[in-house]
Amino acid sequence: MITIKNVSKWYGDFNVLKQCSTEVSKGEVVVVCGPSGSGKSTLIKCVNGLEPFQEGEILIEGISVGNRRTNLPKLRSRVGMVFQHFELFPHLTVTQNLTLAQCQVLKRGAKEATEKGLRLLDMVGLQTQAKKFPTQLSGGQQQRVAIARALAMDPIAMLFDEPTSALDPEMIKEVLDVMVKLAQEGMTMIVVTHEMGFARKVADRVIFMDHGQIVEDRPKEEFFKNPGTDRAQQFLSKILSH
Amino acid sequence: MITIAAGLDFGIFWQPAFDRSGTYFRFLLVGLQWTLLLSISAWIVAFIIGSIVGVLRTLANPVLSTIGAGYVEIFRNVPLLVQLFLWYFVFPEIIPVFGTWFKQDLRPGLQQFVAAMLCLGTFTGARVAEQVRSGINSLPGGQRAAGLALGLTLSQVYFRVLLPVAYRIIIPTLTSEFLNIVKNSAVASTIGLVELSRQSQQLGEFTAHWYESFIAVTALYGLVNLTVMLLSRFVERYARLPGYVGGKQ
Amino acid sequence: MSEASNKMYAFDWSSIPGALPYLRNGMLLTLEITIVAVVAGILLGTVIAVLRLSPNPILSSLAALYVNGFRSIPLVMVLLWFYLLVPQLINQVFGHPTLDIRLLSAFIAFSLFEASYYAEIIRAGIQSVSKGQVSAGLALGMRGGQTMRLIILPQAFRRMIPLLLTQAIILFQDTSLVYVIGLAEFFGNAYNVGNRDGTLVELLLFAGAVYFAFCFAASMLVRRLQKKVAA
Repeated sequence: MITIKNVSKWYGDFNVLKQCSTEVSKGEVVVVCGPSGSGKSTLIKCVNGLEPFQEGEILIEGISVGNRRTNLPKLRSRVGMVFQHFELFPHLTVTQNLTLAQCQVLKRGAKEATEKGLRLLDMVGLQTQAKKFPTQLSGGQQQRVAIARALAMDPIAMLFDEPTSALDPEMIKEVLDVMVKLAQEGMTMIVVTHEMGFARKVADRVIFMDHGQIVEDRPKEEFFKNPGTDRAQQFLSKILSH
Repeated sequence: MITIAAGLDFGIFWQPAFDRSGTYFRFLLVGLQWTLLLSISAWIVAFIIGSIVGVLRTLANPVLSTIGAGYVEIFRNVPLLVQLFLWYFVFPEIIPVFGTWFKQDLRPGLQQFVAAMLCLGTFTGARVAEQVRSGINSLPGGQRAAGLALGLTLSQVYFRVLLPVAYRIIIPTLTSEFLNIVKNSAVASTIGLVELSRQSQQLGEFTAHWYESFIAVTALYGLVNLTVMLLSRFVERYARLPGYVGGKQ
Repeated sequence: MSEASNKMYAFDWSSIPGALPYLRNGMLLTLEITIVAVVAGILLGTVIAVLRLSPNPILSSLAALYVNGFRSIPLVMVLLWFYLLVPQLINQVFGHPTLDIRLLSAFIAFSLFEASYYAEIIRAGIQSVSKGQVSAGLALGMRGGQTMRLIILPQAFRRMIPLLLTQAIILFQDTSLVYVIGLAEFFGNAYNVGNRDGTLVELLLFAGAVYFAFCFAASMLVRRLQKKVAA
C-alpha cells in the first residue's frame, strides 16, 4: 500500500536520508526505531509530503507523493498522522478539533462529523471531555484525542511520529493501549518509537535506521531474537536495559 | 508658571466660536469626532493590509515573502509626514485613475480625509504586518504540520488554525498600534484636516487662550488613550483561551 | 477615461541640483536635532528608568506618570506645547530671548519626549539582567547605587544598543514634524523649494527617497549589529 523507493534527502549539504527503500502492505504494522538523528522522523514526514525529498519515490496506493501534479491535501486526508507534541488546536474544543477537517476537507455535514467525532472519543475513552479545550487535558488525554482526530478522517493508514516521547511515564500506557487496539483491528501503521514493548506486541516488522539509512528491515521475531548488524545490536541492548 | 496658572480662564469654552458653529467646546468636539473617524477608518485599512503582508512574510515562497518584506521596509523608512504629503500632493498627480478620482470627485475636506486615512492605514499596516508575522512565528511549527497532515490546504491552515491563535496573542500590541494611529492622526493638521490638534491651534489663534486650549486637548487625547486601553483589556479577557497565556500553554 | 488621466505626469527634476546646498543644510539641522535628542533622551531616560524601578513608591509613580504622560499624547502636541511654553519661560528667566526660539523649543520638546520612549527601552534592559547580579554585587559589599551603576547598567546597555539605535532612526524621521512649529530642516526645506519652483511633486519624491536611503541603510547596519550582539 505504501512504497518507499530509493528516497534520499538533503538539508543543504547534510544528507539526512540515504537511499531508503521499503514497502508496507495493507494491515501491516511497521515500527521504525533508531538513535536520534537517524532520520526516522524525517522519513515518516516524507511519507505524507510534509517534508520534501530530492531523490526517489514514495507511492501511497499508487499515487506518487513527490509528483507536483498530485493533489497533496487530498492524499494527506487519507493518511492520518499523530505528532510527538500532540498538536491539538488550542483555540478549538476537543469536539471542534475532531470535526474541523471532516467538515473542511471531507465536506461532511456538522451533525455527521460531530457524531463520528464523539464515537471516536468514546473509542479512546474520552467521551466526557468533548467540550473541553486541549489545554485543560493531560498529555496522555491530548494524544488520545489527536489519534481520534486523525481517525475521524477514515484514513487508509496511520503514521505515528514518536507518539509517546513527550509523555510522562504514567501516561504512556493509555496511549499505547489505543494504538494496540488500532493495530489489532487491522489498521496499516508506521510507528516511529522507542517503545519496544509495543513493537514486540503488535508489530509485524521492525525497521532500524542509523545515519539516514535503513540498516535493518526484518520481521519482528527475527529482529528481536537476532538483529543482523552490530549497530542494531548495540541500540537494542541500550534500549532494552531500561 | 504660577502666574500662568492663575490667569487661566476655562470659561472660554462656553463662548461662541469664530466660525459660528456653536461654542468652542463643541468646536473641539468636532475635532475629536474627526480624529476618531480618521483613526477608525485608518485602522481598518491597516488591519487588512497588515494581515495580508504579515501572512506573506511567513510563507515559504521567496517571491511572496520578499514582496511582504519590501512593503514593510518602504513604509518604515520614510517619515510619516513625508508619506502624508506624498499621498496628498504627489500621488493624485502621478497615479492615473486614483488621481483623477481624488482631484475631481472629492471635496477638499474629503481629499484631506482620504489622503490622511490612506497614509495612516498603509503606514500602520507595515507595523501591524510585523506583529502578525511575529505572532504566527511564535506558534509551534507543529500546528501548521498538523493542519496540513489532516488534509487542510495552506489557506485553510492559516485561516482556521494559525491566524485565530496568532491574533489572540497580539491583541496587546494591536491595541498599541491603534493608539499610535490616534496619536499620529495629529499630523493630518498639516494638510488642513479639521482634527483635534488643528482645532486646538485654531482655538488658540482666535482667542489667544492657548493654555486652556492645549490643556483641554491634551486631556482629550489622554482620555481616548485610557478608554481604548480599558476596552482592550475587556477584549483580551473575552478572547482568552483557557490555560493559554501569551502563546504558551 | 478623460484625456488628463491618460497623460503621464511630466516630471521636472530641474530644481533639485541647484537646491542641493540648501537641502544639505537642512539635513545638517535634522541631524543636529536627532543627535541632541538622542543623547539627552538616553541620559534622561536612564534616570527615569532607574527611578521607575526604585523601591520608593513616590519616585516610581512620578517616573511612571512622566512616561505614560508623554506616551499618551501626539508628538505634534508636545512640539506645540513647548513652542508655547519655552518663549514664556525664557522671558521670565532670561529676559529677552536672543537664541532661535523655535530650535530651542524643538530641542527641549524632542529630548523630553524621546526620554519617555528611551526610559521604557532601558527599563526593559535593566530588568533583563538577572537578579543574581544584584545579589552578587551586594554580597561583595557594594551599595545599591554602585551595583546599578557598575554592574547592571553596563550589561543592560550592551543588550539594548540595537533597540536604542532603532529608536534613534525613528527620531530621525520624526524631526520632520518641526514643520508644525515653522522650523525648516531637510523636509521643510525640500517642501519650500518645491513650493517656490512649482516642482513640489519632484521634491517630495526626492525627500522620500533620501529618507528611505538613509533609514534603510541605518536599519541594515543595526540588524548586522544585532546579530553580532546575539552571538
